[in-house]
This record gives sequence, C-alpha cells and structure tokens, in this order.
Amino acid sequence: MPRYAMVVDTQRCVGCADCVVACKTENNVPDGFCRDWIVQDVTGVFPALHMEIRSERCNHCENAPCVRCCPTGASYIEEGGIVLVDHDKCTGCKACIAACPYDARYVHPEGYVDKCTFCIHRVKEGLEPACVEVCPTRCLHFGDLDDPNSEVSRLLKTRHHHTLIPEAGTEPKIFFLT
Amino acid sequence: MHEVTITSGRNMHLIDPYLTIWGWEIPVYLFLGGLVSGILFFSALFYLRGKGDQYPTMVYRTPLFAPFFLALGLLALFLDLEYKLHVFRFYTAIRLESPMSWGSWTLAVIFPMSILWALMHLHRVYPQIRLPFRWLNQGIAFLNRHARLFAWILIVYASLLGMYTGILLSAFNARPFWNTAILGPLFLVSGMSTGLALNLLLARDHREIRLLSKIDVMAIAVEIFLIIHMFMGFLASTQIHIEAAKLFLGGPYTAEFWILVVGLGLLFPGFLELLEISGRRIPRQIAASLILFGGLLLRFIIVEAGQYSQWFSW
Repeated sequence: MPRYAMVVDTQRCVGCADCVVACKTENNVPDGFCRDWIVQDVTGVFPALHMEIRSERCNHCENAPCVRCCPTGASYIEEGGIVLVDHDKCTGCKACIAACPYDARYVHPEGYVDKCTFCIHRVKEGLEPACVEVCPTRCLHFGDLDDPNSEVSRLLKTRHHHTLIPEAGTEPKIFFLT
Repeated sequence: MHEVTITSGRNMHLIDPYLTIWGWEIPVYLFLGGLVSGILFFSALFYLRGKGDQYPTMVYRTPLFAPFFLALGLLALFLDLEYKLHVFRFYTAIRLESPMSWGSWTLAVIFPMSILWALMHLHRVYPQIRLPFRWLNQGIAFLNRHARLFAWILIVYASLLGMYTGILLSAFNARPFWNTAILGPLFLVSGMSTGLALNLLLARDHREIRLLSKIDVMAIAVEIFLIIHMFMGFLASTQIHIEAAKLFLGGPYTAEFWILVVGLGLLFPGFLELLEISGRRIPRQIAASLILFGGLLLRFIIVEAGQYSQWFSW
C-alpha cells in the first residue's frame, strides 16, 4: 500500500499562487476559502534576512489529531495515508478544526468540514494533484514515501528538509526542502 | 525577527486570523452541563446519605430544573452544529479516542436519567400533581424501589458530565491554552459550585443555606487552587504554553478574568459565604448570583482564549 507525501522545494517556489488557483478550480472550492495557500516566512536581522516561500496545505499527518477527535468517524485516513472527510458523516461540530495545529480545515458553506484531499480523484486515475501539475517552477513533488525509487523519497534522501510544527507530534507528510 | 505572512490572500470565515469556530453556544452548553452535573451530584449524594427531608431543596426541588437546563444546553449544542440534519451521526458511531463522542453518549444517558430522577421526586415537591399513564406510574414506582442504585449511577454520570466538559477542550493539543489536564477537574469543581449556587438561590431553610455555603466555600477554595495550579503548569511548560498563559497575565484577558471571574465570581461570593457560615445574615442571592455569573464567564473566556492561542502567530 502506498504512503503518499508531498515535497515542496522552497528553493524553487516563487509564491506565484498558481497552486492555489489550480486547487480552487479543480475542486470547486467556494469563494472566500482555500485548501492551499502561500506563506512567506522571514527570519534574521536586517540586512541578513532569509525568506522561505512555502506552498502549504493539510499535512495529511500520520498521527492525525483531526481523525482522533472526530466523534462520528467522518474524518478518516484513506488508503495511501490521505486524510479525508466523509461529507455524509460530518455534523459540522468543528472539533477537527480545533484539533488541527495547521488551521488547514474550514467549514464549507454547505455545512460539512472541507480540506485538501491530495486530489485523490486524480491520484486514483494515476494523475498528480492539480497543484503539483500546474506548478510553473516544478517545486511541488508528489509520490510514495514507501517506494525508495520515487521522486519524493529520492529528494528527501538527498536534500535537507523540514516539516511544520514537528513538536506537535502529528508526523506531517508535507516536507519542505531547504 | 521571525515574521510569517500569508501572501495568497487567506481570510477564511471562522478560521482567520484566529479561530472563532465556537461562539456563545459552546460556553453556554458547558455552563449548563456543569450546572446540571452539580445539581444531580449533590442531589444523589445527599439522597444516599438519607438527608432528603433535612435538605429538601438540594435533594428534591432543584433537580426538577435539571432536565430543562440540560435540554437548553443540548439546544445550544445543536445550534452550534454547521450540518444540523446530520446530528443523528453522533449516535451511529462509538469513537473511543474522541472526547466529543464520549460526551454525546454520556448525554444520551444522563438526559433521560435527569428526567426520571425529577419524576421520581415530583410527588414530594408537588404532592397534588399526578403523573399521567399507568405504565409511567408503574415505571416510576419501580425506579423508586431501586432509587439507591439509581442514585449511585447518577453520581457516576454527573461526575462524567462535569469532567467531560473540561476534557473536551483539554484534548485539543493544537490550542495551547486548552491543552492542560487541569481543565477537567476545574470545570468539574466549577460545575459543582454553580450547582450549589443554584441550590443556595432556591433554599429557604437556614440550616440548608449554611450547609450549602460550607460546601461551596470548599469548592471555591479548590477552584482557586486549580486556577493557580493551571497557570503554574503553563509557566513551567514550553514557550507556546507560556505565551498562552500571558494572555491572562498582562494580555487581553487579564482584567476580565482576574477581576470578574476570580474576584467577583469566586473570592467575593466566597467571602460572603464565610460571613454566612460565621452567623451573619447576608442576602444569599448575592453570593449565589455572582457564582453563577462567574461560572458562565469562566467558560466564555476559556473557550475564546483557547481559540485565540495557537502554535503559529501570523
């Protein structure tokens, strides 16, 4: 069984937000909401400043607090380790939103909680997620962590990388190359 | 410097710039749940001790309000749901890892129990009222024959209800201000205290008022100890927990928490109750109302502050 992950090359990302637009279009994300977004993280003291540009989304955590706290089982981990929400089981209680340290979820105007699905409908057809496919700088990579020959495994073996808030213990599966 | 900015334009309803997913409904429910927990716990406890005739308000009269308060709390919970038609989904799954699942099943047990407990004692408060239906009278008579067992179960479920209201929040690791194990016992004791306060408001007999004041002073002392302990725990923890504590130690919640909740909602009514115990006649409604007000405000502030505290600050 695959273990899907995404690798974001922050050395190549220019923050153009094409991934954000592609996601909104592909997934009919309603106005005012987004499943992915661009962050500029600036550290240092002027003039020695360092800026990391990141394309962020649900981290599809291996130890997902949103799945643990869901009272109805609507939030679940699909085959391949993709964290999903079953709209038919969701009550909109918002416990999963409170449980997510990345604030990656939102309430869809229809009442259920929504988030990034890694474009599972495309992945099942052998395609890449929409954000990965449109990225003009090829900074987004998607693949199977358990396959040592996959692009994501190769990049993680050869490049320095980090995850977001690893101290929360959620074991995120979005990796940022530095 | 360390500055994190979202540049793709993100301002999602209820999420940004900080969570506002839970408005008035959740604190109102947490308050009413705690209140009912306190009412039922002391009613069952003193019933088991055979003190029903000595303390009729606590054991028989106040529990008559419990089902109504719990129904209002459940209504608030229902109003909070974004997908109201799916409310039944809480009862199509048992999720042992989810505190909210535990809570919904606890409510499914204690709500009917609170109605039955009220019906079991209705004739003692209003002897003129006759229950309709033969089957209902037979059922209540059956329960009255097993009232001690019923009271024991009620004590367990009332404690679960009171404790759960805090555990629900403390299970959210993502919100540093909620992420403390103290919230469970704090909400339990606060719920007990508000239950006692409602009893105090309704009690007429001076001996009962003195007993209620005595127990409530102890509850208030424990509550203050837990609040101090909670902040000590935060300050001895990681930076994000220290930042969460700072919201109350110089931050935006400082004045309302320490003056209104701790000062006016705990210390002052506690002082009035001490005067009552020492024999001075103080209008009991003042202390009781302040404790109820403090209990409600405590939940409003904790629910909001938890959503305000976060790992990131962008």
